[in-house]
Amino acid sequence: MELPIAYALAGAILIVSGLGGVLLSEHILRKIMALNILGSGVFLLLVTFAYRSPDSPPDPVPHAMVLTGIVVAVSATALALSLARHLLPPSKTPEKFPPP
Amino acid sequence: MILGLFDFLLALALVGLAWRILATSDLFQGVILFIVFGLLMAVAWSRLQAFDIALAEAAIGAGLTGALLLHTLAGMEQAAVPSPASNPAAPRFVAKRILTNGILGLLTLIVGATLLRCIREIKRPELGVRELVMEELSAGGVSNPVTAVLLNFRAYDTLLEMAVLLVAVVGAWSLGPLPTSDPRPTATAPGRILLGLVRLLSPIILLVACYILWAGTGQPGGAFQAGAVLSAAGVLLVVTGVLAPPTLGPLYQRALLLTGLVTFLAVSLGVMLAGRDFLEYPPASSPQLILLIESALMVSIAITLLCLFVGGPRSAPDNSRD
Repeated sequence: MELPIAYALAGAILIVSGLGGVLLSEHILRKIMALNILGSGVFLLLVTFAYRSPDSPPDPVPHAMVLTGIVVAVSATALALSLARHLLPPSKTPEKFPPP
Repeated sequence: MILGLFDFLLALALVGLAWRILATSDLFQGVILFIVFGLLMAVAWSRLQAFDIALAEAAIGAGLTGALLLHTLAGMEQAAVPSPASNPAAPRFVAKRILTNGILGLLTLIVGATLLRCIREIKRPELGVRELVMEELSAGGVSNPVTAVLLNFRAYDTLLEMAVLLVAVVGAWSLGPLPTSDPRPTATAPGRILLGLVRLLSPIILLVACYILWAGTGQPGGAFQAGAVLSAAGVLLVVTGVLAPPTLGPLYQRALLLTGLVTFLAVSLGVMLAGRDFLEYPPASSPQLILLIESALMVSIAITLLCLFVGGPRSAPDNSRD
């Protein structure tokens, strides 16, 4: 049962890049994007380990975990972005939704 | 054949995009590349036969996260990375930065080396949990194994996941109204073509979301993907002004937010009244219960993601219509 090595290596590189980005970035928005890249790398690695072969179905439990992980990641990202909005100076021209 | 040229190029593109996102000095470009990254990830999920995840990544990972990032970027002052405040040529400052970056870089490389070792040495059992899932699938109530795992075999995780979504919304909204420096009350009205398109698309999006929810029982799909698609309709309507952004003041809005978690809890505790264990659905009514829970989840997820996008209650001068 061969591991799709291209995706496994890509997952590892994404994890390393994301981690480096989180630790070394200066702007908070870039840190948040790096965190998401880190998460995507972890998910890629998990799903690669769940893959079996083009004919047989993959292991569904890691898939369910990754699905949960994506939703949790977007919640954390939204909360982090909200905190960033309150921390950093707002723009001079505000974006507001047009009145209905 | 799994190691096709396409997969190799796709993996290369993913890594290259990630580097560009982290290295570019223009944040707007970074955000756009991030959305592209999410879409390419969706293709990668499809190649790895993770179709449920592909749907979720396209809707949530690329779509909603991209919208969140763009919205936040538009509300912030600086779009470019600021240069260091203090004198960058001062030797003590430079030395400290080199030391910090060096240590952190070393840490990252250690993580990378460990990962490579894991990849080389991992043993994936031929049989394993997958066989267990397939055996129990008929008793699970649905025929899509991922949905069965999410809503039945590991329903506790999904229950807590709904709680996490709720905590995120409550956390983001309890920070108060988003700070803006200009008190002008209106924004540019959207053009007629955009308005017409949004009015045309909204019922179609609703239909697609309900279909994805329904189809999730036997094919890739499910509550999360459907909820994300529905929230996209909500975002479209709010951004163009067709719908007023939710303020979470009226009771019905808060009820919609809670309905997923409450329904899930009601079912999981309700089965205990019939003498079963927590979250142990009676096998005869498993399909109906799962569909009921998923429908409630879809509504809640859509409202939650929309509220996360809106970001907070409107500041005081805008509260003329509540």
